Amino acid sequence: MIRFALFLALVATSALAEGPRVIASLSQNAVAITTDFSGSEIFVYGAIERQRAINYSDANLGVIITVFGPSSPVTVRKKDRVFGIWANAESAVIDSAPSFYALASTGPLVDILSDASNSRANVTVDNSIHIAAGPRGIADPDVYREAVIRLNRDRGVYFDMIGEVEMVGKTLFQTHISLPANLVEGNYTARIFLTKDGEVIDDFQTGIRVRKVGLERWIYNLAHENSLIYGLLSILVALMAGWGASEMFRLLRR
Amino acid sequence: MQIYLPIAEQSVNAFLLLGLGGGVGVLSGLFGVGGGFLMTPLLIFIGIPPAVAVATEANQIVASSFSGVLAHLRRRTVDIKMGLVLMAGGGVGSVLGVQVFKLLRELGQVELLVSLCYVVFLGVVGGLMFIESVNALRKTRKGVVVRRKKHQHGWIHGLPLKMRFRQSNLYISAIPPFLIGLCVGILAAIMGVGGGFIMVPAMIYLLGMPTAVVVGTSLFQIIFVTGLTTILHATQNQTVDAALAVLLLLGGVVGAQIGAQLGVRIKGEQLRVLLAMLVLIVCIKLGYNLVATPTELFSLGERGGH
Repeated sequence: MIRFALFLALVATSALAEGPRVIASLSQNAVAITTDFSGSEIFVYGAIERQRAINYSDANLGVIITVFGPSSPVTVRKKDRVFGIWANAESAVIDSAPSFYALASTGPLVDILSDASNSRANVTVDNSIHIAAGPRGIADPDVYREAVIRLNRDRGVYFDMIGEVEMVGKTLFQTHISLPANLVEGNYTARIFLTKDGEVIDDFQTGIRVRKVGLERWIYNLAHENSLIYGLLSILVALMAGWGASEMFRLLRR
Repeated sequence: MQIYLPIAEQSVNAFLLLGLGGGVGVLSGLFGVGGGFLMTPLLIFIGIPPAVAVATEANQIVASSFSGVLAHLRRRTVDIKMGLVLMAGGGVGSVLGVQVFKLLRELGQVELLVSLCYVVFLGVVGGLMFIESVNALRKTRKGVVVRRKKHQHGWIHGLPLKMRFRQSNLYISAIPPFLIGLCVGILAAIMGVGGGFIMVPAMIYLLGMPTAVVVGTSLFQIIFVTGLTTILHATQNQTVDAALAVLLLLGGVVGAQIGAQLGVRIKGEQLRVLLAMLVLIVCIKLGYNLVATPTELFSLGERGGH
């Protein structure tokens, strides 16, 4: 009886292990924002793990890597012409939109990711932007969703790197994802999806901590925790700089 | 050299900021304006969030005005008594202005009203000043000595609370300068400017102060109003970026000194024509932005949940 149970367990695990799995790692799991921070780069590398020899069925595998920043609500305003002047007329509050979204893949998404699989696994950015269907609902929420994506693409915080995940042989893959200079602090997530025939068959997730450090940290904390002292210090610095320049010029003219 | 701004949360070229600060600083020292009406739109243009631009600009104006006022104090071209009266009005005004700002923000129309304020005020002030100073220049060229009437007896002179302002050679009621200070204070808080571009013409044309004293006195009052605005923004919105302010003011204070030196060499009328042209250019640009069809109809508001 015990032998039979063991046999069943063995069959079960080998059945699970039969499909290819993905394992991956990042060059760094923490990004420090220092005073001279001008962007950073994350190297993502990994492997497709198989319990069998590579065969013809591996031809339709795909790897998609996404890196995204903390989400927060954001207001989107739409301008309209009022008495000849362009003014913000309509607005919508997007319940949550990521501050950063990068997507890299081994090939065109139409080839390696089905729509159903995409909405199930939330792979592309449009699945990460949520608009509540409230009572004061907007006539066309999709227009606003597209606007958020377009505006963030223009700012360089949403981008796609189609075909930029490089496969080394049939097992290893790697890519570089560059983080822009206007990076917002928070907990970032990297997800690696393995797809087969357009279906996500495995995924792997890991975090990246993005933190201000040193002087940046100190200024930010002071501004938020002791805002009155921060305000007074700012004025003191301003007055001293003004006085310093005035004295300096007086000496120069002598 | 890129530098990451801790409050604005982005990286900007440090030399660009120093240059902007310097350029606007020269204008500040030259005309007695804080330069905020140029700097705030410029900062927004290079990608600084508007809330941070407005608050940080107030802090920077403190530095450039202080640097400028010291130069004027040495030349004895500051009417301190007049400055104190304007200041009292300015203090009340900026507190009121912050309340108005809050209200507008809740209505979601703050950007539009700020732009409209800019266009209307810059247009009226710039236009009037341009016409007046061009006429004055023409007359001096013809050899006629222009002399402003020293004792214009209008309704202003019927008001109570008369005070003697020795530096300005004026004996007028304290109410008009107080009200000017008040209006400028409200505008300063709403528009994120020192308000010099409105106060300087108001002092010349409404109060009849001599041009020589106007610039120093205006700067004197601006220090106080922008200082108060900085504190209010720092405590209520946490939008003063110290790193941004330091870079801007390093350029700004040096520029203000150069401007004050230049100001000695240029005649009052010429100075006014230049300032009027500058004000009109900014006005036309902002007005055009309101009327022209934007390429992008949508805009992102501030992120919540910070």
